Amino acid sequence: MGQHGLQVEIIRTDIAIIGAGGAGLRAAIALAEADPKLRIALISKVYPMRSHTCAAEGGAAGVIKADDSLEHHFNDTVGGGDWLCDQDAVEYLVREAPKELIQLEHWGCPWNREADGSVAVRPFGGMKKQRTWFAADKSGFHILHTLFQTSLQFASIQRFDEFYATELLVEEGRCAGLVAIEMRSGQMRRFDAKAVIIAGGGAGRMFPFTTNGAIKTGDGMALAYRAGVPLKDMEFVQYHPTGLPSTGTLLTEACRGEGGVLLNRHGRRFLQDYGMGPETPLGHPVLKTMELGPRDRVSQAFWHEQKKGNAVSTQWGDAMLLDMRHLGEKTINERLPLVRDMSISYMGVDPVTDPVPVRPVVHYMMGGIHTDIKAATSLPGLFAAGECACVSINGANRLGSNSLTELLVFGRRAGLSAMEYLQSGPPPAGDAALATLAAAAQARLRELMQRSGGTETVAGVRKEMMQTMEQHAGIYRGGEGLAEACAKLAGLRRRYRAIVLHDKTNVYNTDLLQALELGSMLDCAEAVTQSALARKESRGAHQRIDFTARDDTNYLRHSLAHHHPTQAPRVDYCDVVITTSQPGVRDYSGDHE
Amino acid sequence: MGERLVELEVLRYHPETDKEPRFQRYSVPCREEWVVLDALNHIKEAIDPTLSYRWSCHMAVCGSCGMMINGEPKLACKAFVRNYEGVIRVEPLAHFPIERDLVTVIDDFMAKLKRVKPYLMPKEDKPLSAGEYRQTPAELNRFKQYSMCINCMLCYAACPEYGLIPKYIGPAAIALAHRYNEDSRDGGREQRQQEIAATEGVWECSFVGACSEVCPEHVDPAGAIQQVKIKSTVDWYTQHLMPWLKK
Repeated sequence: MGQHGLQVEIIRTDIAIIGAGGAGLRAAIALAEADPKLRIALISKVYPMRSHTCAAEGGAAGVIKADDSLEHHFNDTVGGGDWLCDQDAVEYLVREAPKELIQLEHWGCPWNREADGSVAVRPFGGMKKQRTWFAADKSGFHILHTLFQTSLQFASIQRFDEFYATELLVEEGRCAGLVAIEMRSGQMRRFDAKAVIIAGGGAGRMFPFTTNGAIKTGDGMALAYRAGVPLKDMEFVQYHPTGLPSTGTLLTEACRGEGGVLLNRHGRRFLQDYGMGPETPLGHPVLKTMELGPRDRVSQAFWHEQKKGNAVSTQWGDAMLLDMRHLGEKTINERLPLVRDMSISYMGVDPVTDPVPVRPVVHYMMGGIHTDIKAATSLPGLFAAGECACVSINGANRLGSNSLTELLVFGRRAGLSAMEYLQSGPPPAGDAALATLAAAAQARLRELMQRSGGTETVAGVRKEMMQTMEQHAGIYRGGEGLAEACAKLAGLRRRYRAIVLHDKTNVYNTDLLQALELGSMLDCAEAVTQSALARKESRGAHQRIDFTARDDTNYLRHSLAHHHPTQAPRVDYCDVVITTSQPGVRDYSGDHE
Repeated sequence: MGERLVELEVLRYHPETDKEPRFQRYSVPCREEWVVLDALNHIKEAIDPTLSYRWSCHMAVCGSCGMMINGEPKLACKAFVRNYEGVIRVEPLAHFPIERDLVTVIDDFMAKLKRVKPYLMPKEDKPLSAGEYRQTPAELNRFKQYSMCINCMLCYAACPEYGLIPKYIGPAAIALAHRYNEDSRDGGREQRQQEIAATEGVWECSFVGACSEVCPEHVDPAGAIQQVKIKSTVDWYTQHLMPWLKK
């Protein structure tokens, strides 16, 4: 890149992993354990411990207690996902979940404990039984650091921290590596690999108000998408009901799991008015109803309250109140210390003495890179796991505490699948062909770096993208708004190609990095709005004001958005895998059973 | 809520064009609830896209945005602008080489983390099928605090010893080793001792305690270091004066 030499340095490895968060680290460890001779390149745009897995608070679901069963976890997940989950994948998830969580325990994860020394679990939204393993309200942080620290004992895992992958190398219909920018030098590096695993996380930064960190820009999704792998179910964007209105910072669902309640401005626990009642006794949360309903339903209820004028006004806009006062200081300190700290720091409200204003906030992408149950994509040699992937176990709405489990179960699976692929003996890619591909990638980057004379900026285009998504692709969507968003995003993608960088230097160029991240987000955003426009029904987190009912006849299917370099993506569909659970009614009222 | 115009003086350094670091002034309209990171993001978006710094979570858990703010090591996402009067000076974390602007080179820290073998070496092997290791809440509490480190490196920037003797293994890495040593499931203490009880280990510490004062997660690395010193001393006496007690 830039002024330096044209020669692209080559790094030869067996398996390259893009992303060093929970899924990427889990895949790397699985590979290192399975075959110490494998060369593993773990490539990430940030140091592993900066990955967004660290921000997950509540915990990870896995059946361990005697009153629970795999069948319960399966049913909760499939119903929670409004029957858009692939049930064979959910069966695999719930079966592997306890093993993975015990494995983390054996690696030192400081799970909370019962008095007898066994692992403790807590209740979570949409779950019929208590099955969420937790480490106070920093579960994701502890999972990430346990995995990272464990990975340090394996010499075969070679890390490339702060390398930004720009393109996959696809030769003769197989993924044969990637090219990445070393941030420290600004130089491009070519990674020749027999298989690539993408574990690049979600894309919540397409939206202005999100719990997601700055790094969640859909880079992994965009890499696969541009290489011809479809993005599946991208219209399903999860709003978490309880973010701080000032910053979007997440207050974990465990607040409600521990007994916190949601109030409108009249002090009414309004969820009872949206099919999640009757009201449960204060301080005695009942599983799978009221405040322990699923995230999509709770966020949608807030939207209706707002329309009715029942929201609380704050200087950051409308909100509801999360009341945890009755839990008492001791419980809050023991089980929700981060929640208390953040409420005080960023809102000036102490949950021990006052209800905390909260509002729904973009949190998670149910959709992502289309993979099969073995984490393999349609491109031979390319695998994906974690939030960037859609396997799909989350369907139309993910249940809280399934995503940490997912990145463990399918991170490992992706590693093992990649190894099986290697054992099948794919022919090595030709050096000349890879050199040509890398040179072309470098030329594209140089063109972006050296472009001059235009007026489009990264910040300008990004802002318009975010506004478009907020306005038209939120909790409720309409056909007209979505069509407008699609047109707007197509225009932004055109304008993106005229963006001019202010910073044309090599070392740690974040102007360049943000431009590349914006390119990823624009591609993902268009996949979201086009898939949302095409799905003329309401299901889970995708709610249409013009098509309010679920339509199993036409849309009990996964959407697949196929990338086009200059035009809108083509959207088609594939079948949902149903094994034992036929689509039914999602009932979160508490007055049955 | 009102906005206030705040002057920021930000260290700039670009190795390709600058011989040495310099300061650049920016006037930023800051909202009441803003942290220094918000002000930097405003600069990046609206004033100067060439400014480089690391950040991600904006909730004090990813550890990316450690920097010197008015001379003190802080997370920029937890340093409220309202707590500062006059010009706010922002510099990269002390004691680390500058890569560019507010971005430091952290290779040394990453190597030290790895050196202390920060992973569980189980006392007894147990297959997954046998379930979890039992650990009581009291046993968990013995090490829990030391497991909270987010690797933000503020303690290295605050540590006078690390500034003087870069080989010193440093507060966060020692605290992490201590975290595993104190874990009821672990049997790897002797292996870690070779690193943390060596001359570049705990004995470099002069017990200033600055590391614990700046820690945003209340990990108390100074306390960990003192505990390691005491245990190492007991080790020495056991080994030299009561060798028959050695296993």
